[in-house]
Amino acid sequence: MGNYLPSTPAERHAMLERLGLQSMDQLYRDLPKSLRLKHLDLPEGKSELELREELESLGEENRVYKKIFRGAGAYHHYIPAIVNQVTSKESFITAYTPYQAEISQGVLQSIFEYQTMICRITGLEMANASLYDGASALAEAITMCRARKKNRFLLAEAFHPMYLETVLTYFKHDDLQFEYIPLKDGHSDLDWLEAQTGDDIAAIAMPQLNFYGQIEDCARVAKFAHAIKAKMIMGVHPIAAALLPSAAECAADIAVGEGQPLGLPLSFGGPYLGFLACKGDLIRQIPGRIVGETTDKEGRRAFVLTLQAREQHIRREKAGSNICTNQALCALRASVYLAAMGPDGLEAAALHSYEKAHRFAKAISEIPGFEVLYGPEFFNEFVVISEKSSEEIENKLAKRGILSGLPLNTSYKQRLGLEHFSPEIEASEKTAMLWCLTEMNSDEQIDEVISILKEA
Amino acid sequence: MKYTKSHEWVDFIEEKKVRIGLSAHAVHQLGELVFVNLPEVDDELEAGESFGDAESIKAVSDIYSPVSGRVSAVNEEVLDNPALVNEAPESTWLIEVEEVSENEELLDEAEYKSFCESEA
Amino acid sequence: MKLIFERSQAGRKLSLLPEVDPKSCQLPEKFRRAEHIRLPELSETEISRHYSALERRVFGVNQGFFPLGSCTMKYNPKINDELASLPSFTGVHPLQRSQEIQGCLKLLARLEERLCKLLAMDAMTFQPAAGAHGEFTALLMMKAYHLSRGDEKRNKILIPDAAHGTNPASAAMAGFKVVNVPSDAKGYVDLEALKSLVGEDTAGLMLTNPNTLGLFDPNIEAITETIHAAGGLNYYDGANLNPIMGQVRPGDMGFDLVHLNLHKTFSTPHGGGGPGSGPVGCVEILKPFLPQGQPIDCGDAYELANSSKSIGTVRSFYGNFLVVLRAFAYVELLGAEGIREASETAVLNANYLQEGMRAAGFQTAHEGACMHEFVLSLADLKKNYGVSALDFAKALQDEGMHPPTMYFPLIVSEALMVEPTETESPEMLDHVIEVFTRLRKLAETNPEALKSTPKTTVISRPDEVEAARHPIVQYQED
Repeated sequence: MGNYLPSTPAERHAMLERLGLQSMDQLYRDLPKSLRLKHLDLPEGKSELELREELESLGEENRVYKKIFRGAGAYHHYIPAIVNQVTSKESFITAYTPYQAEISQGVLQSIFEYQTMICRITGLEMANASLYDGASALAEAITMCRARKKNRFLLAEAFHPMYLETVLTYFKHDDLQFEYIPLKDGHSDLDWLEAQTGDDIAAIAMPQLNFYGQIEDCARVAKFAHAIKAKMIMGVHPIAAALLPSAAECAADIAVGEGQPLGLPLSFGGPYLGFLACKGDLIRQIPGRIVGETTDKEGRRAFVLTLQAREQHIRREKAGSNICTNQALCALRASVYLAAMGPDGLEAAALHSYEKAHRFAKAISEIPGFEVLYGPEFFNEFVVISEKSSEEIENKLAKRGILSGLPLNTSYKQRLGLEHFSPEIEASEKTAMLWCLTEMNSDEQIDEVISILKEA
Repeated sequence: MKYTKSHEWVDFIEEKKVRIGLSAHAVHQLGELVFVNLPEVDDELEAGESFGDAESIKAVSDIYSPVSGRVSAVNEEVLDNPALVNEAPESTWLIEVEEVSENEELLDEAEYKSFCESEA
Repeated sequence: MKLIFERSQAGRKLSLLPEVDPKSCQLPEKFRRAEHIRLPELSETEISRHYSALERRVFGVNQGFFPLGSCTMKYNPKINDELASLPSFTGVHPLQRSQEIQGCLKLLARLEERLCKLLAMDAMTFQPAAGAHGEFTALLMMKAYHLSRGDEKRNKILIPDAAHGTNPASAAMAGFKVVNVPSDAKGYVDLEALKSLVGEDTAGLMLTNPNTLGLFDPNIEAITETIHAAGGLNYYDGANLNPIMGQVRPGDMGFDLVHLNLHKTFSTPHGGGGPGSGPVGCVEILKPFLPQGQPIDCGDAYELANSSKSIGTVRSFYGNFLVVLRAFAYVELLGAEGIREASETAVLNANYLQEGMRAAGFQTAHEGACMHEFVLSLADLKKNYGVSALDFAKALQDEGMHPPTMYFPLIVSEALMVEPTETESPEMLDHVIEVFTRLRKLAETNPEALKSTPKTTVISRPDEVEAARHPIVQYQED
């Protein structure tokens, strides 16, 4: 019964008559008759009220936790009220890609501001208007590093498993060669890395925070990369970036990351936000849209989509990437989030996350039978091993309304598309869980989890 | 100065050494150039193959080599400032090629002019 | 207008989080950032006013006529946005136990079922984040299919020259060679040329139908049969599905793979350039190659399943879920009848507008009726009065309209591609015809008046050459 047509059936009939037609069917008179669908086997339409009821009842079949101790690629951070307000503005939601600059200055300027914020977080000179998510951003960064006579890429096995799988999927039919930098004691084995030789290595990719939560020495990686004339791609966590060395301070050539922590809800995995920044000399290799500043014919400051001749709609099969639609509204969320947080607020979110995670890690390691697996150089995620079944812990906490750390077990291994966890986890007889805390985990929550684990 | 049907000009500065650029006609069609992709020195070129491209705001056009040979110089000024090509297309060379062996069919000025007219 | 950085005043902030001791971070020096992040310092008042001012400088579908050809900028129903902000969906972590995410999985499965019926496909993935991402995913599946049969020589994808640029770009990314198929003046595939191009190296064809001229290719069955006979697969680019949904189905036309742009056909908002969603549908034989993490019905519950033949994943998690949710809401509200009404009205509106334009003296790219869009050629205005499609488009901005797509497809000179969509009223269409007619007369009598437009916008005709020659992509403080 539902539709969004402004015209009434009578008006449509009058329009048909103006065209000299008798029925709607005649609009399709040029189509082969044999192909015309006689019956569309879909349910009848609904009213808005019935639709709302259907979706609300589907929603009730989901479990939403208020107390979340899980990250692993999707992070529960505080979202300032103004973020939802601004990004609910109708024109931002319903606008198209800003090809018509004169009537799109609002979108263009907001993207220019977003690019600037990403440049400031990473310390790098250039950023694009956004990509789909962190995993595909890593794949795009790899494309940027293609160079003649260099087709080897060294990829940290310590990346989030879905990033690794995305990269392998993207380049399955390419002549690029990928090798994993192995894990050792929760870190990428940089001694192994530094033993690699060859002028055929195009780039080395390393996350600053690895899947197990440990901080990688990206400056050391970049130094080695540059010594062998390779590029260094650094994975960046945008909130941890307030505390940890910037991509520029590490001398990375390209920084990529998942922007979801910047004001985007968990949303069952999307939409999220891929960000990408790079050194100035790589600007022509950047995929996707870029907004640039210029002036109009009267000398007024103006913003436009620029360097479009790199892109698919002009360069077709020779384009570096096929991306066109990106995540503009998500980038707007990130901008408003960063504007609201400001330098102090972002640092506070990072410090809270760090402080709570470390306090929780200490408390959990004091419970007999629980052990923090790797060293203290982590931001807000860490692995805990214990003799207790991780499923049981997950169940027990779920019953109390708490989403536990992620059990690093077979079931989630499959969900993550991973073959094996780190060597220490695989070798251990004990079960492992990946815990994550942010400013959202109150002291009461921490005490509650600790006391439940003590009972366990 | 000779021209190709793909709108490059070629100037034999020595018997086996040429400079290559874009014809005024081609540059006029492209409009304001914003970037030119050129090969590197020592790259081997094949006659009739694309060696680079010229970008305007909303278009990109391949540049084809009229000759086979080895790139001996690239005009760095053009890389920095592609507007030079717009200002003086037929005196702004893009690359210099040595050890020229074969070449594409080349037209003299009058032939090229009538070729352009026939294309339009 | 000021940039947000130019509004910054040292010390201003919001009270968002509790106090925290800066000394609580015990990391060694080498893991500490040296330079603080220079984000703007603002009060909430300034942030609110800044973005309100920016919003006034944006033209959305909510503001007026938006006939952007090939982009299907239909009205975005508000209920969809409201449902997509329900905490029971926004609050779900992507790595929760399957019994805790049944609502999400059921929604995906239900929409998959509905769309498969609409497309005559057998399965669907919602992982791709946009149309181009869907194209890439589908091509990887095509490749995986051929390789799984030991058919390694199929390395060519045929693409009509009138296709969108994403098609060849996606094919190249998936490791294929692109072969251009010539099309005639109506944008129809040259069937004889197609037959001469297929062979043992043909992996498949990518086709948009109705094509980029807004015409349904009458030879579609012969086209898909030609590809199948050569051992290739047919891929349907769903960019122009809107006029035919519920009327004809890609599967019935002989297509094996389909991508949809939920942000076009299924009314999800474009967000100033995303997020979109580009789900891919496929026929039975291609099911094993779908990306990992397909929701499957296990009787009493849904589970996320992997396949050993899967192409892998093209991004993390399960796609732009909240966009998919909006599309689901759209399909549910319309139902079978509403979907057919929507496509019919899209075609009706386009033809009504096209006839009105013709009556006003505009040349269209071809004779006869169209599907959901038509292409005007302003070549006569350009030749006689020096008024280009760009000038005309800019003049429309002063009339409170978004211009049509300009200079596409390339086979039409001075092209304006007009797609009114079904969500415009007859009085709006009459108004549009009146405006186009008036501007055409103005072009004939006073061409300079159009060349100096737009006059009512906050900027006019920015210098794009300078922007590209000397790119400034971030704000630099003096």
